[in-house]
Amino acid sequence: MFKLFTSSNFINKILISFLVVLAYNFIISVNLILSFLILFPLFGSFVIAWLPNEQKTLMKSLALIISGITFLFSLALWVNFNKSLSKFQFIETVHYWFPWDSNSSTYVLLGVDGISLFFVILTTLLIFVCLLSSWDNIHIHLKEYLLTFLILESLLLGVFIILDLLMFYILFEATLIPMFIMILTWGSRERKIRAATMLFLYTLFGSVFMLAGIIYIYWTVGSTDYQIVVASAQFTSFEQRLLWLSFFLSFATKVPMLPVHIWLPEAHVEAPTAGSVILAGILLKLGSYGFLRFSLPLFSEANFYFTPLVYSIAVLGVIYTSLTAIRQTDFKRIIAYTSVAHMNIVMIGIYSFNLIGLGGSILQSISHGFVSSALFLIIGVVYDRFHTRLIKYYSGLVHIMPLYALIFLFFTMANIALPGTSSFVGEFLILAGSFKENTTVTFLGATGMILGGAYSLWLYNRVIYGNLKKDEGHLHLKYSYDINRREFYVFLPLIIGTILMGIYPKIFLDPLEASLLNLVFQLKN
Amino acid sequence: MYLTLVFLPLFGSIAAGFFGFFIGSQGAGFITILCLGLTFLMSCFAFYEVAFAGSPCFLQIMPWFDSELFSFAWGFQFDSLTAVMLIVVTFISFLVHLYSTEYMSHDPHLPRFMSYLSLFTFFMLILVTADNFIQMFVGWEGVGLCSYLLINFWFTRIQANKAAIKAMFMNRIGDFGLALGIFCIFVTFGAVDYSTIFTLAPYFLSDTINFLNIDFNLLDLVGILLFIGAVGKSAQLGLHTWLPDAMEGPTPVSALIHAATMVTAGVFLIARCSPLYEYAPGALSVITIVGAMTAFFAASTGLLQNDMKKVIAYSTCSQLGYMIFACGLSNYHVGVFHLANHAFFKALLFLGAGCVIHAVGDEQDMRKLGGLSKIMPFTYGMMLIGSFSLMGFPFLTGFYSKDVILEVAYGKYSTSGHFAYVLGSLSAFLTAFYSVRLLYLTFLSKPNGYRVLILNAHEAPWRMALPLLILVIPSIFIGYLTKDMIIGLGTNFWQGSIYIQPKNFNIIDAEHIPQAAKLLPVCLSILGALTSFILYFYGSQSLFLFKTSPLGLKFYTFLNRKWFFDKIYNEIIGQFFLSAAYNLTYKQIDRGLIESLGPFGLTRLVSKIALSLKVLQTGFFYHYTLAMVFSLISFLAYFRFENSTFILLSDSKLWFLFVIALFFINTDFKSFKN
Repeated sequence: MFKLFTSSNFINKILISFLVVLAYNFIISVNLILSFLILFPLFGSFVIAWLPNEQKTLMKSLALIISGITFLFSLALWVNFNKSLSKFQFIETVHYWFPWDSNSSTYVLLGVDGISLFFVILTTLLIFVCLLSSWDNIHIHLKEYLLTFLILESLLLGVFIILDLLMFYILFEATLIPMFIMILTWGSRERKIRAATMLFLYTLFGSVFMLAGIIYIYWTVGSTDYQIVVASAQFTSFEQRLLWLSFFLSFATKVPMLPVHIWLPEAHVEAPTAGSVILAGILLKLGSYGFLRFSLPLFSEANFYFTPLVYSIAVLGVIYTSLTAIRQTDFKRIIAYTSVAHMNIVMIGIYSFNLIGLGGSILQSISHGFVSSALFLIIGVVYDRFHTRLIKYYSGLVHIMPLYALIFLFFTMANIALPGTSSFVGEFLILAGSFKENTTVTFLGATGMILGGAYSLWLYNRVIYGNLKKDEGHLHLKYSYDINRREFYVFLPLIIGTILMGIYPKIFLDPLEASLLNLVFQLKN
Repeated sequence: MYLTLVFLPLFGSIAAGFFGFFIGSQGAGFITILCLGLTFLMSCFAFYEVAFAGSPCFLQIMPWFDSELFSFAWGFQFDSLTAVMLIVVTFISFLVHLYSTEYMSHDPHLPRFMSYLSLFTFFMLILVTADNFIQMFVGWEGVGLCSYLLINFWFTRIQANKAAIKAMFMNRIGDFGLALGIFCIFVTFGAVDYSTIFTLAPYFLSDTINFLNIDFNLLDLVGILLFIGAVGKSAQLGLHTWLPDAMEGPTPVSALIHAATMVTAGVFLIARCSPLYEYAPGALSVITIVGAMTAFFAASTGLLQNDMKKVIAYSTCSQLGYMIFACGLSNYHVGVFHLANHAFFKALLFLGAGCVIHAVGDEQDMRKLGGLSKIMPFTYGMMLIGSFSLMGFPFLTGFYSKDVILEVAYGKYSTSGHFAYVLGSLSAFLTAFYSVRLLYLTFLSKPNGYRVLILNAHEAPWRMALPLLILVIPSIFIGYLTKDMIIGLGTNFWQGSIYIQPKNFNIIDAEHIPQAAKLLPVCLSILGALTSFILYFYGSQSLFLFKTSPLGLKFYTFLNRKWFFDKIYNEIIGQFFLSAAYNLTYKQIDRGLIESLGPFGLTRLVSKIALSLKVLQTGFFYHYTLAMVFSLISFLAYFRFENSTFILLSDSKLWFLFVIALFFINTDFKSFKN
C-alpha cells in the first residue's frame, strides 16, 4: 500500500479521496450503506480474482484498500447513528424471489442497532489489520488468501447486519468455510487437519440444534424475520427451555464455554497469525452476539431458568482456563486460553441482565477484539522472525526489540485489565453489574484478575526480560530487527482503540444504551 | 495550576521516555527534574491555598463511565489530605529525581529510568487527587505498574524479574479485594464518588449485605474489602512478602516507591475513607490488629536480616503497621502525620543506603561492609539522624508521631488498643535494635569488605549529597514544627477531609494516660539502642556463640527466613496451584476427560462402530433377503398397528418373528467370522 501511495502523485491521491467522499455522500443519501458494506468486499474479491497471479503487490494493495474503505464506511454507521433510538437503523429491505416460482417473493431486512453496531466496526477494522499484518508472510496461494479474507468479511458483516433467523444461521455456518480453508491451507503443521476438523465439527454439532430451533420457530411464528419473531413469539415455558437449549449449544460452542472449548486452543495454534486474529477477534464474538441478539429477547423466561447453569459454567470456565493457561508452553495456547477466560467473563455480564452488565459485556467483547487480536499479532511478529512459538526458546527480547517490548507490555497490561485500558472498562462494568445479581459469581469471576495477572506477567517476563538464551555458546535467537513501520501501523489502530475506550468509554456506551434498555425491558417483562 | 501540577510529570515522562533517544541522558534528566520541580512548587502553592487558606478545590474535566447509575467523571479533588500527600509525594520525588541522575549516571538507560520515575509520580498524583474510587483505582494500579517496571529496571537479573512479578501479583490479590469493595459500595450506594458515599455512610449504619451467601454488616464488609487492597499495597501481614523482595530495584526506587510514597497509598486510602470507617467498628478493629501484628512481625524480622536494604524495607513495613493501626484506632490524622514524617526520614535512610551502595561497588550485605564512618562521614551523619528519627528519639521528627500513636493506642482503653500498644512498644524496642545494628555493622565495625572496594569508596557526589542534606532538615524539625498544626487539639487543618466521630476521638484521653505508659516506648527505644550497641560492640563473641547454639540457630533461622512466609507461599500454596493447573485441569480434564469424551473418544467410537457394521456387508444374497424381509415385516406391522403403536411391542407373534430373525443374524455372523 505504501508503495502505491508513495509512487502515485499528489493529484491522484486527491482524486481518490474525492471519489471516496463522493461515493460516501451518495451511499449515505440513498441509505445503502449496509448493503454496500456487505457487497463491497465481495465485489473486491471478484476483481482480485481476475488479476494475474504474478501481480502480488497490486493484489495486496487492492485488498487492503478495499478493506480500508469498508472500514471507513463502517465508521459512518457510528457517526450517523441515532443514539436515542432503540430500534434498528439504516434499515434496508432486500426482496428476492425464487426463479422457479415467480409468485413467491420474500425479503430480508438489513439493519443495525446498538448491539450490533460495534461488532460491525470491529469486523471491518480487524480484517484491515489482518490484511496489513500478513503483507509479507504469505508465500503460497496469495490470491486465494486475500479472497478468503474478503469473502469472510462479507459473511461476517452479513451475520451482524441481516435481521433474519434463517439467514443468520446460514451465514453463521458459512463463516466456517473460509476459516476451515484458512487453517488447512496456511496453517503450519500436520496437526492442522485435526484442528480444522475439530473447529468444523464442534461448531456444526452445536448449530444443528439451532437449525432445528429456527425451523420450530418458523413453524410456530410463520416467519423468520427477526423483528416479527421478537414481537410475536409466544412460547410456553417448556418450549422456551428447549429452544433456549438448542440455541445455547450453538452459541456456547462459539464463545466457547467449558466442556466444548477445546477446539479453540487447537485451532488457534494451527491457524496462521491473521487466522488467529479473526478467530479470537470476531468469530468468538458471534457467540456473545448470538446470546444478546437471540437467546435473551426470544426466550426471556428460559434465560432466568438457566441463569445458574450459565453462571456456573462461566465461572468454572474463568478459573479453569486461567489455571490451565499458567502451565502452557506454547505462546499461542496461552493467549487462546486467555481468550476463553475473557469470553466467559463476557457471559457473566450478559447473564447479569442489567444495563451495566450488558453494556460491559459488549464493551468487553470489543475490547477483547482489540487486545486478544493484538496479542496474536504480537506472537505473529516474533513467529515471522524466529519461526517458533515455544516459550522456552524466547528470552530477553527487549535487548533486540525494544519497541516490540513496549507494545507487548501495553497489551499485556490491557490483558490484565489495567485501569485506563479498554478491558478495565468492560471487566469492571461486567463485575459491577453481576455484583448486583450474585455476589458469589462476581467473587469467583474476579479471581480471574489474580490468575490473569499471574500468567500474563509470567509470559511477558519470560519472553521479554532476561538475557538472550544461549546453548553451548550459540544464541537460540539470531539477531533480528525491531518491528518495522508496517507492523507498527498494524498495532496503531488497536492501541488507539484500547486507549480511547479506556479513558473515554462514553462514546462507546452511549449508542448501546437505548438498545440495551429495550433489551432489559423485554427480558424483565 | 491544579491540573498542571498533576499532568506535568506525565509530560516529563513522555518527553524522557519517547524522546530520550533525541534528548539524551542529560536532557531527559533536566526535563523530568524541571517538571517535577515545577510540580513541587505548585504543590506548595496548592498546600497554602487548600490547607492554610482553607479553600479546597474540585475539578471535573470530562465524563468517564456513563452507564445507568455507574456514571461519573474524571474528577480531581484537592483537600487538606490531598495537599499533605501532594507535598510529600512531589518533594520526595523531586529529590529522588535529582539523586537518580547521579546514582544512575553510568546506566545507559537513564532516560527510561527517569521516564518511569516521572510516570510513577503522575500515577501517584492521580491516586491522591482522585475524587472517586475508580479514578483512585487508576492511580492505584498505575503505581503498581510503575513499581513493576522499576523493580525490573535491570531486567537481565533473574532476581529482579522474580521480585517484579511477585510485587505485581501480590498487589493484584489486594486489588481483587479493593475491586470487590468498590463493587460493594456501588451496589449499595449507587455511586462511586467520594462525596456522595461519605455523606450517605451514616444512613447505612445498620444495613446488611449478602456476600457469598453470608449476611455481613454492610459498612464492615466494605471496610474490610477496601482494607484488603490496603494490605496488598501497604505490605501488611499476609501480603507483605513482595516489599522486601522489591529491594532488587535500584535504590532511588526503593526510596521513592517502596518507602515514601506508593506503599503509603493504603494508609491514604483508609484515611480518605475515614467517614466510612467511622461507622464500621468491626473493620476498624481488624485494621488495628493486622496493623499491630505487622508492626511487630516486620520489626522482628528486620532484626536479623543481613541485606542493608532489606533491613530498611522491613523497617518500612513495620512503620506502615504503625500507621495502619493508628488509622484503625480512629486517629487517621495521626496516621497521616506519621506517614508524612516517615516519608522524610525513610527516604533519607534509603538515599543514604544508596550512597553507601554506590560507594562500595554495589555491595549490600552488611557483613561485608563496616568501618565506613571514617570514609564517608557525611553519609554516616545523615544515616545516624535518619535512624534516630526512625527510632523515635526524643524531639526528632519520628518521636512526635510515633509516640502519639502509641499514646492513643493506650488511651483507647479497648482490647485492640492495648494489643496495639503492647506490640507497638515491643516493636519500638526492636526498631531501635536493628537500626543501631545497621549503623554499627555498616559504619562502625571493623572493615570486612574487600580491600579494593573499601579503598575506592568515596563520599557521595553533590547531586547525591544535596538531597540528603535537604531531607535531613524535615527529618529533624518537621515533626516539631507541624505537630500542633496537624494533630494538635482543635486544629482546623483537616477541614472535614478526615472525619472522626466524636465518640471515637480520643486524643484528649491520650493526654491523660499513666505517665509510665507514656514513657515506656521512649525508654524501650533507648534501651533497644543501647542493648544493640553494647551487644555488638562488646559482645559480638557471645552473640556468635548464641547464634551457633541449637536454640539460637533455630531462632536465627526463623527470623532470618522471615517467619517462613515465603516458604509457605512458594512451596505449599504456589506449588499446589501450579500442580493443580497442570495435573488436574490440563492433564486430567483438558487432555483427559474432555478429549476422550470429545474428539479422541468419538473417533475411536466411530471407527469401532464402523468395524462392527462392516461385517454386515457380507455379499451373500440371502443375508440381504433376510434383512429385506425383516424390514418389510416391521414396516407393515408398523402401519397395521399405526394407531396403537405399543401393540407392536406387546404382540407375542411379532416377538416370535423377531426372535427368530435375531437367531438367524447370530448364526450368520458366526459363519462369517469362521
